[in-house]
Amino acid sequence: MAGGTAGTLIGARTPRVEDARLLRGGGRFLDDIVVPGALEAVFFRSPVAHGLIRKIDVAAARALPDVRAVLTYDDLRPLLTSDRISLALPAAGIRFNVDPFVLARKEVCYAGEPIALIVATSRRVAEDAAGLIEIDIEPLPAVGDPVAGLDPGSPKARLDCPDNFVAKTGVDYGDIDHAFAAAAHVLRERFRLGKGGGFSIEPRGVVARYDPLEDRLTVWDSTQMPHRARAVLATCLGLSEQQTRVVAPDVGGGFGPKAVFHPEELAIPAAAMLLKQPVKWVEDRFESFTATVAERDQDWDMEAAFDAEGRLLGIRGRLCYDHGASTPYGIALPFNASTNMIGPYILPAFRVSIELCLTNKTPAAPTRGAGRPQGAYVMERLLDAMARKLGVPRDEIRRRNLIPADRMPYPIPVKQRDGSLMTYDSGDYPECQRRALAAAGWRDFPARQAAALREGRHIGLGLCNYVEGTGRGPFESASVRVNPSGQIVVTTGATAQGQGVHTMLAQIVGGELGVAPETILVQSGDTQTSPLGLGAFASRQAVTAGNAAKAAAVLVARKAKAAAAHLLEASPDDLELVDGAVRVRGVPGHRKTLTEIARSLAGAAGFSLPGGMAPGLAAASDFLTAGLTYTNGTHLAEVEVDHETGAVKILRYVVVHDCGTMINPMMVEGQIAGGVVHGIGMTLFEWMRYDEMAQPLTATFVDYLLPTSDVAPRIEIHHMESPTPLNPLGVKGAAESGVIGAPATIVSAIEDALAPFNVVIRDLPLTPAKLRALVRAGTKR
Amino acid sequence: MKAPPFKYHAPRALAEALDMTAGLDNARALAGGQSLMPLLNLRMAAPDHLIDLGNIAELRGVFEDGARFHIGAMTTQRDIEKSAPIAGLCPLLAQAIHHVGHQQTRNRGTIGGSLCHSDPGAELPVAAMALDAELVVAGPRGERAVAFRDFPSGYLSVSLEPGELLTRVSFPKAGPREGSAFLEFNLRPADFAVVSVAARVALDEAGHIAHASIAVGGVQAAPIRLLEAENALRGHAPSREAFEAAARAAAEIDCDGDDVHPADFRSELCGVLTRRALTQAATRAAGSRHV
Amino acid sequence: MSDPREIALVVNDVRHARVVESRVNLADFLRHELGLFGTHVGCEHGVCGACTVLVDGASVRSCLMLAVQAGGKNVETIEGVAAADGASHPVQAALAKHHGLQCGYCTPGVVMTLIELGRENIGKPLGEAEIRHALSGNLCRCTGYQGIVDAGLDVFGAPADKGSET
Repeated sequence: MAGGTAGTLIGARTPRVEDARLLRGGGRFLDDIVVPGALEAVFFRSPVAHGLIRKIDVAAARALPDVRAVLTYDDLRPLLTSDRISLALPAAGIRFNVDPFVLARKEVCYAGEPIALIVATSRRVAEDAAGLIEIDIEPLPAVGDPVAGLDPGSPKARLDCPDNFVAKTGVDYGDIDHAFAAAAHVLRERFRLGKGGGFSIEPRGVVARYDPLEDRLTVWDSTQMPHRARAVLATCLGLSEQQTRVVAPDVGGGFGPKAVFHPEELAIPAAAMLLKQPVKWVEDRFESFTATVAERDQDWDMEAAFDAEGRLLGIRGRLCYDHGASTPYGIALPFNASTNMIGPYILPAFRVSIELCLTNKTPAAPTRGAGRPQGAYVMERLLDAMARKLGVPRDEIRRRNLIPADRMPYPIPVKQRDGSLMTYDSGDYPECQRRALAAAGWRDFPARQAAALREGRHIGLGLCNYVEGTGRGPFESASVRVNPSGQIVVTTGATAQGQGVHTMLAQIVGGELGVAPETILVQSGDTQTSPLGLGAFASRQAVTAGNAAKAAAVLVARKAKAAAAHLLEASPDDLELVDGAVRVRGVPGHRKTLTEIARSLAGAAGFSLPGGMAPGLAAASDFLTAGLTYTNGTHLAEVEVDHETGAVKILRYVVVHDCGTMINPMMVEGQIAGGVVHGIGMTLFEWMRYDEMAQPLTATFVDYLLPTSDVAPRIEIHHMESPTPLNPLGVKGAAESGVIGAPATIVSAIEDALAPFNVVIRDLPLTPAKLRALVRAGTKR
Repeated sequence: MKAPPFKYHAPRALAEALDMTAGLDNARALAGGQSLMPLLNLRMAAPDHLIDLGNIAELRGVFEDGARFHIGAMTTQRDIEKSAPIAGLCPLLAQAIHHVGHQQTRNRGTIGGSLCHSDPGAELPVAAMALDAELVVAGPRGERAVAFRDFPSGYLSVSLEPGELLTRVSFPKAGPREGSAFLEFNLRPADFAVVSVAARVALDEAGHIAHASIAVGGVQAAPIRLLEAENALRGHAPSREAFEAAARAAAEIDCDGDDVHPADFRSELCGVLTRRALTQAATRAAGSRHV
Repeated sequence: MSDPREIALVVNDVRHARVVESRVNLADFLRHELGLFGTHVGCEHGVCGACTVLVDGASVRSCLMLAVQAGGKNVETIEGVAAADGASHPVQAALAKHHGLQCGYCTPGVVMTLIELGRENIGKPLGEAEIRHALSGNLCRCTGYQGIVDAGLDVFGAPADKGSET
């Protein structure tokens, strides 16, 4: 595509710069990285959810030909600066430290916890050796349920902690007691949401090479946050940042779990240093179920107070959260869930106490949506329940509670992680709902529903409104450089796992410089090219890196014009940047290309630079956020339920979405559609299950069901654009939005379809058997 | 994970394969590999010898013989799916194969592999049960015929003696005024069935049920035939009442359950799917006439 | 190496002869012996479809087939899909046009599945349901399948469905 005049590419459905390579098998994912001489590693993992290692015998494994090492905690500890991997983000509510160990020391706290590391000439041989390890573990009682785990009589999930109540936090504002005293209606509902995960199709993986000549460690890591990985590695291994390079190659999907530093990411580099040979580990799918972080397991016991017309006065209750066996991240997830529960509604008073329970399961950490789908689900269920009680239509009860557009910006008395007040920055929530209802045919639906019922078909229409705080700071970095060859290079601390980050940045920079995006080289995910950065989480990179790249590109454009003014002997005010060249307005032939300008600014020995300017046609910028920017949306789903079998078919799915200014609507739609289908999975298909000993029952894609193309509906997407005042591009994040609205929407639709049976749904995921039980119970009424 | 080490054998003739099967210790026959290969990759199977039956031409193909037709055990599910003769001779088998896995697995998976692996959620054993399939098993003492109903012997196991291989399967051709249906319940269409029902209904000239057969899968280790319900249908006009009686019998099946699809839920499904399958089969048997 | 086997096969019109351990599956062989890293491994138990390749024209899960079983056969992988002059296959072009890929990890398997679908239905326009059914053996976590299905409709759909935008 052509370059054109600067600044014209925002909003264009630019083809992705990533695609040509990926479509031809030219991607370079973690397992595609060939390091000469690399050994392959396999982890030997705990077969039980909780126990004490009495004895481990690795002699037979070590003796197998082609096995180079079998390493346990004691072998790696001398390389490390501390016993544990310090990972937990600071939070006042954390009662005790449960940072993970690189390998289990004595106590194992979840089935799948790494105990030993086998390094061999091939993965096959390493697995053969793993089968020869003999271990004697004293089994201990396991904690599987977070609610039961907080009971004083519960066994302990970790012997090194006084109890399972690992952290306490909460949200509290407004006069909650008055709200309930003044209420015309009070509802109390309890909701339980099951465990689910990210499950990118590419599993995790690490390749580490230690170069003794340069005393330098290079780690290729399938991570969303290479800079954090470098910081953890440097700290744990006692290296400097300069000695430690982390590179995220092509990453085959992230969805949250790859943002978290896992013990394997330290164990493999440590093994490479110890053995003085490169080591590769690629996660097996079985391990992605037993060793990779997941989340979503929450128990909500909530009360809502309404006035006589169904306006919310206050909500209070308790959220109990399954923290898993260690703290790989922080305790932000249930806080996210709680604050996101407020959604686009006026909620005068709110008090939720959040209790985090240690369990003998994989540690909990963000998964696409990061608590927000659960919060939205709880709020929307309460609204539907109130609508039922009052006999008010579901759209109307929402209309009575939505924040009007003229109250933007809308502050809520909740302090965010950065200390700022939670403030909705822009958007028109009632209009968003109105458009969605119109698009889905809400008004005509009762007639269609009645007609279907006469044929014996139960169809229903459901809706959900939600907001998502996006663009979390504190900053992201970007630089733009025009090399003397003419090549334009963008570097950033942002990272790419499929979102189209390179296209997004190339589109912004290409627009500012008047060049075609596909000619721009974007380098991301490498701590060597971008010394500072954060990476991918919280739907943040268009906001943070996008604005950083824009600022850098503006500086480059300005410098190019200033230099060209000297070279062309023209006034900078008469110059324009078109098609990769600065030209004098109205005199198209009188121009200097960016390449020519970059060459001039690269300098020649002894000659002065144009206008005495600083060398190089380049600029760097960090974008510092001024608080979260809130994306919002309304989802509607039409479903058909087979009341005899509990089968649910999604017939139609409509999204009206507002993420401010869109850089590339095609990519925004891709994010939304993918997110919705993840949310459909979380509602109807995906469920990590454990037995009463906390043994995982789902460890393959046969047991844990991802949505497939034949169950995913077509997603109809409509846009609103309410630019945020918080950044120059006016953009908000879009990557997690789709998943947030889906569970509440689908469940609302199913309840509507099964209204003749008085079905009320509280728990997720919703299996056909659970739905049948609800239909039976309803029919009996 | 990667498969454990084994010694691979690729016989080109059945006799050679039988010798290996009989002579090698801890050997597994490899048919299409769509069940055994995952087990190997998960290291849940560790044979010392793997005998690949994929190069034995005599184990592949479809041929007719009077009132029955025969399918070689190594015929792929995809070949059965694409076979015009089978679609005409035995609609129930064609209906069942439509539910089996994905094209990528049907391209490799075989009918013999499916019947011998005997997964409770598999479709082909249910169809074989409803169709009174006959099996030919070859072994050290020559061939023997086995009725399919006697073939399953427990969870993921069949009554093959050491040294024996399944070589072909035969099915009856559908008769006049016969209709069939294969219905299954699962969360995603290509998954193994939570419950599946195969039903055949043959009508007499008066339009009454001359013969019905009902097989239910996904409920216990092996598919179940509802013989009493079948007999009770005989002589009756196809009607909602008659099929509901059969459905009640199906709902009495003592099902195995799991945490997602518990036993009582599966029993319910047995009833619902049986009623629906019989209704569809009878409708097809009667041509366009509604029942 | 336990149980080494000599095999010769054709991959993307190039003949290869190798000695391979019998337990090595076709996906690992293509990737680590031939360096054809475009075929991806996502589960190794035959569900995700990322490793889909064509063997004698038929789509297979290359994690569920031993390399030794591919001896004497003709294998097609993502690396051989584009024309010799470098032009994209229509399926590749349509996937880019309709945003049918994000991280690109499942993409090679998706392309191979769609190519087989097209070859089996020459001259027969396909509807959305048929395309969704054909793709059901390829898991994608990024796209919600929408762009992939639209790409399929663009290439194989009836004229009215072609180029449908969402």
